[in-house]
Amino acid sequence: MSLDAVTAILLIPALTAAVLALLPGYRATARLNVLAAFLSFLTALSLLLVRPPAGPYLHVDDLNNVFIVLTTFVGFTTSVFSASYIDHEIEIERLTPTFVRFYHAMYQVLMFAMNLALVANNIGVMWVAIELATLTTVLMVGIYRTHEALEAAWKYFILGSVGIALALFGTILIYMAARPSVGEGLDAMVWTTLIERAASFDPALLNVAFVFLLLGYGTKVGLAPLHAWLPDAHAEGPTPISAVLSGLLLNVALYALLRFKMLLAVHPQALAPGPLMVTMGLISALFAAFMLYRRRDIKRMFAYSSIEHMGIITFAFGMGGPLANFAGLLHMTTHSLTKSAIFFAVGHVAQVKGTQRIADMGGLTETHPVLGWGLVLGVVAIAGLPPLGIFMSEFLVVTSTFARAPWLAVLLVLAILIGLAGLFLRLNSIAFGEPRGPTAEAKASFVPMFAHLGLVCVAGVYMPPHLVAWFQNVAKLLG
Amino acid sequence: MRGLTFDIAHMLAGTLVLVSFLELYQDRLYALLNVFAVHAFVLTLSVAWQAYVQGAPHLYVTATIALVFKAIIIPVALHRIIVRLGIHRQIEKVVGVGTAMLIGMGLVALSMVVMLRVTAGADPLAREDLAFALSVVLLGLLMMVTRRNAVSQVVGFMSLENGLVLAAAGAKGMPLVVEISVAFSILIAFIVIGIFLFRIRERFDTVDLQALDRFRGERR
Repeated sequence: MSLDAVTAILLIPALTAAVLALLPGYRATARLNVLAAFLSFLTALSLLLVRPPAGPYLHVDDLNNVFIVLTTFVGFTTSVFSASYIDHEIEIERLTPTFVRFYHAMYQVLMFAMNLALVANNIGVMWVAIELATLTTVLMVGIYRTHEALEAAWKYFILGSVGIALALFGTILIYMAARPSVGEGLDAMVWTTLIERAASFDPALLNVAFVFLLLGYGTKVGLAPLHAWLPDAHAEGPTPISAVLSGLLLNVALYALLRFKMLLAVHPQALAPGPLMVTMGLISALFAAFMLYRRRDIKRMFAYSSIEHMGIITFAFGMGGPLANFAGLLHMTTHSLTKSAIFFAVGHVAQVKGTQRIADMGGLTETHPVLGWGLVLGVVAIAGLPPLGIFMSEFLVVTSTFARAPWLAVLLVLAILIGLAGLFLRLNSIAFGEPRGPTAEAKASFVPMFAHLGLVCVAGVYMPPHLVAWFQNVAKLLG
Repeated sequence: MRGLTFDIAHMLAGTLVLVSFLELYQDRLYALLNVFAVHAFVLTLSVAWQAYVQGAPHLYVTATIALVFKAIIIPVALHRIIVRLGIHRQIEKVVGVGTAMLIGMGLVALSMVVMLRVTAGADPLAREDLAFALSVVLLGLLMMVTRRNAVSQVVGFMSLENGLVLAAAGAKGMPLVVEISVAFSILIAFIVIGIFLFRIRERFDTVDLQALDRFRGERR
């Protein structure tokens, strides 16, 4: 196989992971981690210009290109944040150098697994990649080895494995459905072949397969009622991992789901996948919005906000049609950028205050103006206030729904408003009022956070026509 | 001949479901591990039979992995972990044996109804295999839900994976990629679990997950 950009975005993280596992000295490894992530991002950008033809294992089209660019970009900025975060963790001796070496190697393995899941043209390979990503994050969530971290990792591991097992059963059923018309062997698992022939598959088998895939990959997306692992995993792991989980891994699982949704959409007699996704999305959004009120742990609170937004995105893709799909894609992008920016801020806040309890933080805008206002801006963005990017995408989701199913739109607006109120209630005590807790200066790199927030602000007022055309094209692909 | 091959495949897959039920009512850890070894052994026979019937040599590899890894190495290793950690051997259950068996029967009935109905077009061997495989998967899930002890949850998860391998072997001509990856993932899963068990031991002096529940993040 010749070395093209698609193999490069797999090789770079894989090789770097091997090197990082061997290198001692955490400063050098942190830099190498950033460098590798940056190279992956550049390679991903090159895919926009030159795209290699689809093979039996790997392929790139308009749809996964969006995800690849987003994943490598957030992977790069998170690695910058992670360098300053890990510096502090070493200083307070929360992590030993051995664990940091392990952490950096795992970070690149995770990037490899996510890239592989995105470029895989084979539904079996995609499944393996998502399983690898799950196992990697399980190890990273448990890295602090406290009671809570271990319980969180165990819960994530058990629920994640069950989800992944159900997804494999669904994958096998898809193969069974494809076999009569495509023939035995490798071809019946190649996605580009599947989508061409999908109209001739057995509809009943496809339906059952989709239910398994929805439950399986839906667990990884964090859809209620299969979300139980998500808040724990976000709260107890290192914050860069929370950022990557929320901003990227949930998207990757959703991407897998979208691929199978496209298969079903091609078949005229198969069950419409939309209503199932709409229902699960709406339940997740409403449930998570109510759950935001009683949160005492800052990372746990934003984890519930991720469930809410993944619900909204799943809802949008479930509604389908060019406008709702466009809104879903936009929302996914802005949510990834905003949520990871928030976790960057939260990571530094938790380090400065030495705790994640909301009750022990206060007056952040007074004691740490840059950090505090960054967090305020992030929360304003994630709550969906105009004129920021998330407002745009939520507005599109809601208006496109109003035109077709007004009652669903009412419920969705309810979820968004309840979520907004819950977030502001907590933000008020964190960012304003009497300063509480330690006020030591934050040694942090604010560049990644403000880069993300800047992009989100721009997306709210101006979208480059190229990007719009690209997203519209993808929205049409999604059907 | 056609009838005989079908009958043998049918019998082996059915035995796997039966052994799943046996796992469900074990109340001592050692006995559970022994039954799991039998489970993996029946899976080996079943996959090997499929390899013979389908003339698919790569399935023999899957059968060998199941035999060596799941029927021998894992039960032995778990035995040693139990001894070394001094875990108390009684398994605590969330629901009684009778209830668990009744739920199990319901799940088997459910998977028969669902799978036989939707696979009407497929060849009978694959149909039966899929229906049995789904039963084994669901029984594995049931076991994970009804046990409080970490080791028996792991055993539940592995018998769930056995069901998946049965399904993959039954799907004629399914590429090797998937079978090896399944086996591989079990390996990784086991390493992960092993590490966790040791860490859990280090920190709590118990592998009973109820002890972990006391440390739930929200109640600090």
